[in-house]
Amino acid sequence: MIASIFIAKLRKYQNGFALLSLLFLSAGLYTGLVVSPPDYYQGEVVRIMYIHVPFAEAAMAAYTVLFAGSLWYLWKREPVIDNMCHAAAGIGILFTSVALITGSIWAKPTWNTWWTWDPRLVSFAILLLILIGYLMLRSFLDDPEKEARYSAVLVIIGFVDLPIVHFSVEWWRTLHQPLSISTRGVSIASSMLYPLSFMSIGLYLLLAYLIMVRTQMLYLEHLLEAKQGRLLSEVHSS
Amino acid sequence: MKSNKKTAIIISIAMIAAAIGYLIFGNFGKNLVYFFTPSEVSAFTQDRYGKKVRVAGLVVKQSLKVDPQTKNINFELTDGAAVIPVSFTGVPPDLFKEGQGAVVEGYWEADRRLHSEMIMAKHSEDYMPPDMKKEGKTLPKKDFFKTLKMD
Repeated sequence: MIASIFIAKLRKYQNGFALLSLLFLSAGLYTGLVVSPPDYYQGEVVRIMYIHVPFAEAAMAAYTVLFAGSLWYLWKREPVIDNMCHAAAGIGILFTSVALITGSIWAKPTWNTWWTWDPRLVSFAILLLILIGYLMLRSFLDDPEKEARYSAVLVIIGFVDLPIVHFSVEWWRTLHQPLSISTRGVSIASSMLYPLSFMSIGLYLLLAYLIMVRTQMLYLEHLLEAKQGRLLSEVHSS
Repeated sequence: MKSNKKTAIIISIAMIAAAIGYLIFGNFGKNLVYFFTPSEVSAFTQDRYGKKVRVAGLVVKQSLKVDPQTKNINFELTDGAAVIPVSFTGVPPDLFKEGQGAVVEGYWEADRRLHSEMIMAKHSEDYMPPDMKKEGKTLPKKDFFKTLKMD
């Protein structure tokens, strides 16, 4: 059975992910907050970038996992894949919220506002709304198969927001600065780029670890529910 | 109970559809304009006077002057093609400087000045330590005026 193999794999590799993530995140935090220089224009405030940018990237990675998982589910109809999607969505909400909050904290001293209706900010907030809508839709549906199928379709439609978030700063007029890493090249000094890369890798790994653990929890929850259902029906029939 | 759940499902689907619809068909398409450029504002006709606008540009060097009596800050904003005068009352952000980008909210009045009480600093996508800047090193980045003219 594919589900048990999948779960066994998750259990086998999860601690490796956790350990590596811890390593990269501690290196990233130390180099980002202590070793790296302040920015010529923003000063010390630039250090918020080492938290904000990797969380935003990982939030988009969470949605990408959700998208790939939803396609996979619709193809194979394997409930454990739906558990993984469900897990990725919840953790995606967490990461998206952290990115929005740290962005806001950074925006006040640099831009002079907590929030503005700029295309990058709005499209990213829509990502959060889609994820919240996803969990709401799931909680309203009783039949697990319907729940998985409807929510997978929602994720696939909502995927259109992801390129919009990424390219909004290139396509439209925004207050948010354009892409720092693009076809133009890299516009971050190497002394700032390496702590940023440590944090990014660390958060991708953390995201993977959290999804792995949460997937197992949801899988066991569903097993338990199914077992309960069977027991109850046995009691009633006897 | 059953119909409650149905309403809830319909509401949540409607919310998501609205969000996605807004993304695709709403303000988010080609006509999305977060700010105007000084060129566009200086081409405004009379009927736009007194309307609230958001304008982005580069703060012209040597244009920044503080009125000693009113404490008003006067400066000019440019997109490389046109220059508009701005009068600002209030406390500007720390990163508001000559030769830097700014997004200014205010009213475009008949005196053809932008009267503002809100300035936001628009900074570029390059990040580097101060001594690297002092050495005159540059990193690849988009031309500031080009970032203003995107649609």
